[in-house]
Amino acid sequence: MSDSLSGSTRIGITRRCFTAAWFAFAALPGSARAAAPTPLTFDTLYSEFGVRGLVFSPTVKASVGKPVSIIGYMAPPLMAEATFFVLTREPLAICPFCQSDADWPSDIVVVRLAGASPLVSAGTRVTVTGTLEVGTATDPDTGFVSQLRIVDAEYRRGP
Amino acid sequence: MGRVFLVGIELARAPSGSPIDEVAMLKRALLATVLVTAGWTGGAVAQTIYPLDRAEILSGSKFDLKVEFPGTVAADQLKVTIDGKDAAEVLGAKPEIVAKEDGHDLTAYWLRGVSLTTAGKVKVEASAGTEKKSVAWEVFDTPKGRVAKNVILFVGDGFSIAHRTAARIMSKGIVQGHFGGELAVDDMPYMALISTPGTDSIVTDSANAMSAYTTGHKTCVNALGIYCAKNKNTLDHPKVETIGELVKRKTGMALGVVTNSEIEDATPAGIVAHTRKRSDFNDIVEMFYDVKPDVIMGGGSPNFLPKSTPGSKRKDDVDYLKKFEEAGYAFVSTKTEMEKAVADGKSKILGLYNTGNIDGALDLKYLKKGSVSKFPDQPDVVDETKAAIATLSKNPNGFFLMVESARIDKYSHSLDPERALFDTIMLDNAVKYAKDFAAKNGDTMIIVVADHAHPVSIIGTYDDDRPGQTPREKLGTYADAKVPNYGPVDAEGYPTNIDVSRRIALEFGTTPDTCFNAKPFMDGENVPAVAGATPKTYVENPKNCERPGAVHITGNLPFDASSGVHSGDDVLLTAMGPGAEVFHGRLDNTRVFRAMATALGLAK
Repeated sequence: MSDSLSGSTRIGITRRCFTAAWFAFAALPGSARAAAPTPLTFDTLYSEFGVRGLVFSPTVKASVGKPVSIIGYMAPPLMAEATFFVLTREPLAICPFCQSDADWPSDIVVVRLAGASPLVSAGTRVTVTGTLEVGTATDPDTGFVSQLRIVDAEYRRGP
Repeated sequence: MGRVFLVGIELARAPSGSPIDEVAMLKRALLATVLVTAGWTGGAVAQTIYPLDRAEILSGSKFDLKVEFPGTVAADQLKVTIDGKDAAEVLGAKPEIVAKEDGHDLTAYWLRGVSLTTAGKVKVEASAGTEKKSVAWEVFDTPKGRVAKNVILFVGDGFSIAHRTAARIMSKGIVQGHFGGELAVDDMPYMALISTPGTDSIVTDSANAMSAYTTGHKTCVNALGIYCAKNKNTLDHPKVETIGELVKRKTGMALGVVTNSEIEDATPAGIVAHTRKRSDFNDIVEMFYDVKPDVIMGGGSPNFLPKSTPGSKRKDDVDYLKKFEEAGYAFVSTKTEMEKAVADGKSKILGLYNTGNIDGALDLKYLKKGSVSKFPDQPDVVDETKAAIATLSKNPNGFFLMVESARIDKYSHSLDPERALFDTIMLDNAVKYAKDFAAKNGDTMIIVVADHAHPVSIIGTYDDDRPGQTPREKLGTYADAKVPNYGPVDAEGYPTNIDVSRRIALEFGTTPDTCFNAKPFMDGENVPAVAGATPKTYVENPKNCERPGAVHITGNLPFDASSGVHSGDDVLLTAMGPGAEVFHGRLDNTRVFRAMATALGLAK
């Protein structure tokens, strides 16, 4: 049942994925390219995190409509290529899109990509860059309700 | 005939390793063809009657009678009878007939919210022209009336035999084969094996498992308080009444639902919910509001918050915290607030202590991992049980309380033995408190049961003093399975140190691809696998592969499994108090409902 641990992980960058990421970067909107994005972290998204709800941090409030970047993990997507995915603080073992008994963490960030892109394993850290959007929005295709989004976004592997 | 042909083709196309295999495969394909042909009656698919055959129905409890007739059937061709008499007349309801219901090629016949009040066997027959189908139900009475003032149902989610034994070793110690004491869950006069399969499969999830306990009817995976019909809307399936609804409708008793999972999760939801899909969390909050248990405690606040509030998971702007408060509930969000509400004599408490699940005992008490830094004042299941009993027991008419230790299951899914065992000890402490309460008056029935099993077993001890680095070298079996050396236990029976040199080897029979080093997860709950780049596949969590001595474990589950799965093994039930004497031998899980309903005299 077990074999010894090999030195490398089983996840590698495919050429297709690399090319798509390059195109995504080339197609990055002017607003996001013009200024250096404000780096956000999952630890600083909220100033209050309580049972009665969350409160966006001053950094988040000040960054609305501006370019930001954040490092996280891509949640299991619905499709291999998509323009929409959920970014989580930790790699997600479960797939709330696929399993009826699984639920999302509260501090997710919804990412809307500038264009369709192949998505990567949830075990891979990604850096997402794009424009910050806050407030209730419902995805027209999936009905997914989100509060915090990075739109016109691109991502790259690794921090 | 097309269907028969397809079955044969599918089997013949299955991969095979040798010419011999191919011959065997062809034989199996032929056999399958014969079997399918034998089961093919040549006519239309038979009508389906809900409740299904062999249903046991509490006299006076409400249910929806639904019949699905294949195809389009004129109303004057439909006939549904109970013991030969028109069902609508017998049940005093007007039938609702829906052609092409939800676009399906069927005609639906409904009698909603009906009940039967004469105990005994009944035959229900549905006919459309010459096509007939019948089922037999048993309507049962509770002839002794009420024998228990209170019922406390403890559900250890996924609580299996090995969890029990390992928790006993961990908490009570073992010397020369003798345990240092008894667990409260073991020390009870009545015991039974409970079988858990559902209407659709031999392995349940927590939804249909709990539904059997709360309604007395079996149902299918993911379903609560309904029979799984063909309806498209998850809330439209034929309903059966839950014990929470019965207690509220028929008695003046208080009702409590307590867990350390999200309150909308399947087990607590089973007390109030009717849905084909357990993940209808927002609807389940509404169902809690409709039934209004006097004490509601758990995690999962986001489904109570209007969608305009950051952190909300609702899709509407209804503020359920406000609605519950307007309905007279004290809303509490910490252990301190909970204890104050109890001290202030509140009779209705809504306690939501985390946005997700409440942290398990190991994180709450020792490691402070998980979400403890965000929610530093969460109660554990024992604290919740004490608060619930103090509140509910003020009702002179008695109470029904369900207490769940939910994360035995969740930590078994994540292949995290120490966390699962701490939460087993926590369940035991909650049961001990309830037994002490029951001992005062002797009028409380206590049931401790799992909803389903996990494939867990104790196979020895991992001993760091053995040579080598990897789990297989560290594992001592048989005579080498030495007694573990966890730190001394604290006042609550938890070992004060788990990161020791000799640890119980509690093995999980199912895994996705994962990495394993047989050491406790001191930095937070194990995440065994993460989604791979290919949709619906999971790969080992690379972080685990970096742990010292880690080895790859090739998964034995389907590739879309991200964690361990439930098993279809029977589970153990222990019980005490008035009405508990019915628990012996092997029983279907539906009989737990029957025993509770009988002890409370809920019939008619």
